[in-house]
Amino acid sequence: MYPRAFHYHRAGSLKEAVAMLSQLGGEAKLLAGGQSLIPLMKLRFANPGHLIDLNFISGTSFIKEEDGRLRFGAMTRHAEIEDSSAAKKIPILHDCAAGIADVQVRNRGTIGGSLAEADPSGDWATVLMTLHTELHCLGNQGERTVPIEEFIKDAYTTALAHDELVREITVRKPSPNSGGAYLAFKRCAPVYPTASAAVQLTMEGETCREARIVLGCVGLTPIRAKQAESALRGAAVNEKSVSAAVEAARTASDPQPDMRGSAEYKHTLVGALVKRAIDVARRRALGEKVELSHIYA
Amino acid sequence: MPDAVETIPIRLKVNGKSHSLTVEPRLLLVELLREHLDLTGTHVGCDTTYCGACTVLINGAAVKSCTVFAVQADGAEILTVEGLETDGQLHPIQRAFAECYGLQCGYCTPGLMLATHQLLARNKRPDEKAIRKAIAGNTCRCTGYQNIIKAIQAAARNMDGVQQRSSV
Ligand SMILES: Cc1cc2nc3c(=O)[nH]c(=O)nc-3n(C[C@H](O)[C@H](O)[C@H](O)COP(=O)(O)OP(=O)(O)OC[C@H]3O[C@@H](n4cnc5c(N)ncnc54)[C@H](O)[C@@H]3O)c2cc1C
Ligand code: FES
Ligand code: FES
Repeated sequence: MYPRAFHYHRAGSLKEAVAMLSQLGGEAKLLAGGQSLIPLMKLRFANPGHLIDLNFISGTSFIKEEDGRLRFGAMTRHAEIEDSSAAKKIPILHDCAAGIADVQVRNRGTIGGSLAEADPSGDWATVLMTLHTELHCLGNQGERTVPIEEFIKDAYTTALAHDELVREITVRKPSPNSGGAYLAFKRCAPVYPTASAAVQLTMEGETCREARIVLGCVGLTPIRAKQAESALRGAAVNEKSVSAAVEAARTASDPQPDMRGSAEYKHTLVGALVKRAIDVARRRALGEKVELSHIYA
Repeated sequence: MPDAVETIPIRLKVNGKSHSLTVEPRLLLVELLREHLDLTGTHVGCDTTYCGACTVLINGAAVKSCTVFAVQADGAEILTVEGLETDGQLHPIQRAFAECYGLQCGYCTPGLMLATHQLLARNKRPDEKAIRKAIAGNTCRCTGYQNIIKAIQAAARNMDGVQQRSSV
């Protein structure tokens, strides 16, 4: 299958890529890992007249630990994050990177491209919404910082202007008594999840001080289940509070029926994922090393 | 849409051999290999980034070559199934697939062997879990995977053994 013919431009720097975007107009698109864009172009769902390749710009792929934050260059591949010892210090990031698709897709796909795509089934936005995450976006007028909650606007829609790109993503490191877990249910590796749950808990003994619960693939964007968070905040994490959180999370979900399952099925599934993710997040917050991998049908 | 067909000059190394070509930007790496360089061992299965039959290595990393433009491989080193053997001697991964019946129709096999190549380059003695994770992007319709896993374990033993012997 061939995409429609297009003009190819190789940007030498991110600044040049931005200049190309404004100069070439609406027909131009950036090419990062290509793992969303190339399949869409082959099916001719996307038909850009110009592609601006970011892959030959040096210094755009990095993971740095600095001032209690992790900094990710937009072109950092999922596989690099999976293998990074710095990223492993925030276990929920490793859960996410290691669970995306398969080795081949993780070797190409980038964190910046994934966030810019804003696929309702994409993993990164769901996970990063449980943490303090900011996107550093470069445009013609210079740079601005956008919190992840404001970056994701709708399905396939972000706060980026046409001639603006994601340069870097920064994540604040959670406190030592905080732990997170990301769990997805997938039919097999090279597909997006049917549903997923990201949970980050800060614990004081058995009491939950702070909770973030975000649901993936069960709405047009990741859904922050605030009622579910309230059910845990200030409470002992036990059967009673967990069931209340699970019920609230299910109520917050708004799944669409598709080839992965009916709305009712996903509604039930997401509750089960939240329950398991809470358990792992709690144990990790209390210092236990817990290995977690997605559930495959 | 461009009026005249635009072409881009690229240079790349495939299985150790250098090539300079001019290609249309929309040419996919798998088509470059199969149609321009006559390396038809890399297969097209799904053409939708799912099956992994088209897996090759770009600078040591496994990729689905139906989902990479040839222009993106400019300056890179590519390894395809044709580059596995040396001087007519099968690579230990190839031998293990043959000896363990790790294939039936063989359509998926080149992709699986390249995925195995990346795995064993980074993890000399992978356990079954690591093997299953490493080949999760490769679909086989025939074998049921059991013998593929045995083949990868055998290849790991052979390659690790050879290295240990030669380093003594
Ligand atoms: C078989 C398969 C299975 C997959 N499964 C999953 C999964 O389970 N979970 C998951 O999360 N993802 C999955 N993906 C998607 C994968 O993670 C993609 O890599 C990712 O969504 C897009 O990243 P990319 O770097 O490939 O971006 P590209 O495809 O290159 O670009 C995507 C879009 O973002 C724009 N863009 C890219 N970079 C930037 C930037 N820095 N600034 C602004 N705009 C930019 C592009 O113009 C384009 O519109 C899967 C993909 C495939 C092919
Ligand atoms: S042909 Fe490329 S993944 Fe199936
Ligand atoms: S041997 Fe036939 S598809 Fe794998």
